[in-house]
Amino acid sequence: MAEFKLKIRRFDPESGTAPYWDEHTVDLEPHRSVLEGILQARNEKDGSIGVRCSCRSAICGSCGVRVNGKPGLACHTHLDDALASAGEDGVIEVEPMGNMPIIKDLIVDMDAVHWKKIQRVTPWLIGKEPVPEREYIVSRESMIDVTQSMACIQCGACVSDCLSMEVDPLFVGPAALAKTYRFVGDPRDAAHEQRLKDLGDDKHGIYDCTHCFKCIEACPKGVAPMNQIMRLRRIAGNDFHIKDRNNGERHEAAFVKNIEKNGILHEADLLPDSYGGKFHPRAVPELISSLPIVMTALLRRKMTPAKALLHPHRAPDGVKKIYEVVEGRDQRNEFNLYISGTDADNEGTAEVAEAIEAAEPAGVAPDGSAGSSA
Amino acid sequence: MKVAYWPGCVSRGFTSELHGSMAAVAPMLDIELVELDRANCCGAGVIAEHSQELADTLNARTFALAQQEITQGADLMMNICSTCQGAQSECQQRLDASADYRAQVNETLADEGLEYQDGIINKNFLWVLVEDIGLDKLKTLVRQPLTDLRVGPFYGCYIVRPTDRLDINRAQPRDEYLGQVIETLGGTVIDYAGSHKCCGFPIITMNKAASLEQAGRHLGDAVDAEADCLVTPCPLCHLNLDLQQPMAAKQVGRELNMPVLHLPQLVGLALGISPEDLGLQHHIVKPTSVIDWSQAVVGGVGGW
Ligand code: SF4
Ligand code: SF4
Ligand code: SF4
Ligand code: SF4
Ligand code: FES
Repeated sequence: MAEFKLKIRRFDPESGTAPYWDEHTVDLEPHRSVLEGILQARNEKDGSIGVRCSCRSAICGSCGVRVNGKPGLACHTHLDDALASAGEDGVIEVEPMGNMPIIKDLIVDMDAVHWKKIQRVTPWLIGKEPVPEREYIVSRESMIDVTQSMACIQCGACVSDCLSMEVDPLFVGPAALAKTYRFVGDPRDAAHEQRLKDLGDDKHGIYDCTHCFKCIEACPKGVAPMNQIMRLRRIAGNDFHIKDRNNGERHEAAFVKNIEKNGILHEADLLPDSYGGKFHPRAVPELISSLPIVMTALLRRKMTPAKALLHPHRAPDGVKKIYEVVEGRDQRNEFNLYISGTDADNEGTAEVAEAIEAAEPAGVAPDGSAGSSA
Repeated sequence: MKVAYWPGCVSRGFTSELHGSMAAVAPMLDIELVELDRANCCGAGVIAEHSQELADTLNARTFALAQQEITQGADLMMNICSTCQGAQSECQQRLDASADYRAQVNETLADEGLEYQDGIINKNFLWVLVEDIGLDKLKTLVRQPLTDLRVGPFYGCYIVRPTDRLDINRAQPRDEYLGQVIETLGGTVIDYAGSHKCCGFPIITMNKAASLEQAGRHLGDAVDAEADCLVTPCPLCHLNLDLQQPMAAKQVGRELNMPVLHLPQLVGLALGISPEDLGLQHHIVKPTSVIDWSQAVVGGVGGW
């Protein structure tokens, strides 16, 4: 056994008292979890500590908290690891998650924020018509593709630290958008385009993510919500050509073209092009509103007018060739490490797969057709 | 040491003072910069948003060009942009993971006679400073310690997250390096809420209010923590924090006036280079609070 000092953030909005820190020493094996530490403090020291938990094995998603400032599952954080990331005083800090109102102490109101946003994205399958008499038949690969977003346990850790949500509480957010990909990536769903159109029309939808990686870092299940958002953007822009209200698709297209033309980024063209070109009606107010900034930039000689208007760069042929080849492919190539793993991870798995296949009795192939195995 | 140097795009455009100040401090730190002038933009995450393979292939091309320099004696590839670091590391992770994928990408590069071999070392100037030059050596080079200067670090998302991809861990606390450098240069590190948050730049054209709100808040937090200035290893952060600062101030409804320095500028000041040679006169927010700290160099800045 070892002693650990826990500093717990306490707050009862109904009490009228400001939040405060409460310190307890607990006695547990170092590999025990922070959750067990909190529960020991509650059971032996102060029964009024508010904490939510259920499975204690990182599957129900109810114990999301911040430990030493980082969001995660209390039941999935070892005390010794928490101590190692603690400050110099060796005290483990436990706080409620962010971006959601506090109900009491470590318990936040998931309904008011997280679940509302999940409901916002129609989190169920809208089956393709006609509904087959028996099950929908899909290829195995297409379902593997959505397993990453299916791994979500709705703990809210990503929501807690989302930096877009911090400044724009209306942002649909990482968990709900990862959930969206779960259906947009599902071949049985009939509403891919509507779902994306809806989230492109919403100013707080897929193009409101600031690409800060916080949700990737926060997620205890490897869902990488930001990566799912980028996949939604790829499908919205490339496959459905959806023009969103945030100019996200235009900005992306302008950037991609800018590099094709210049090899390196030519910022002076990017801004107007992101709004549809220098003469596009939407570009005009935008350019006027940023005029004072451009003027000061010119005055400070950050930019010379010549540099802003002329094009000193032309893309090398190598860059043009890359665009030709990659943009010319029939299908987008996406390499998802979560699904494929690295060569080092996969060493030896080919043999295993063969062995399994050899052992399997002949029967129905994954795509539903009658097949035979070797 | 000799490095295959990728300056990035913005450091040669809107923040040309960054490229200039890097060129000014390099010889004093004994870094020889071999510029990768045929290389291309990293895509800043935006090209990957359009097509992963396109971003991966473009960066494989840059890596291959850097590897040519490395075979000719450069120690590693160096960048001066958090966003380049993050976007390039992301592509590198995919490229290094699979020989099959790499082969496909290299096929596209073959026409130009280029080939990327896995395992390139690509580091931001901040990492080079701490890991390859070393803080001890840096300390001996300081001519003009930043005594009494209160500096807030601002990292930029791409250089601190995700920690596993960027090899940030207890043995290698890359997310604390800016503080270490500020201390080594004789300054005081300011702890404030925004140091590791997002500057808002990626959504400046998509949700301007939210973008400026982010920049404005972090700058305001730094003001409240009584910082004299911020320092950043990322030119894109600099755009939102300095160039857009007047708009950010409007958005959050308070005066900010927080000078933001590029990392090589802060290093350069401590090494005794004049503010003018470091391009401080090109900033939107005049770094007077930074310059005033040392009477000796005030004269050099003039001509606002
Ligand atoms: S949801 Fe499942 S894992 Fe979680 S507490 Fe309930 S039974 Fe246990
Ligand atoms: S990457 Fe996007 S969704 Fe994820 S935390 Fe940042 S802003 Fe939120
Ligand atoms: S995506 Fe990850 S962090 Fe977010 S709710 Fe799901 S499991 Fe939790
Ligand atoms: S991140 Fe910016 S500076 Fe770096 S290469 Fe990309 S566009 Fe250029
Ligand atoms: S208690 Fe269920 S995830 Fe922690």
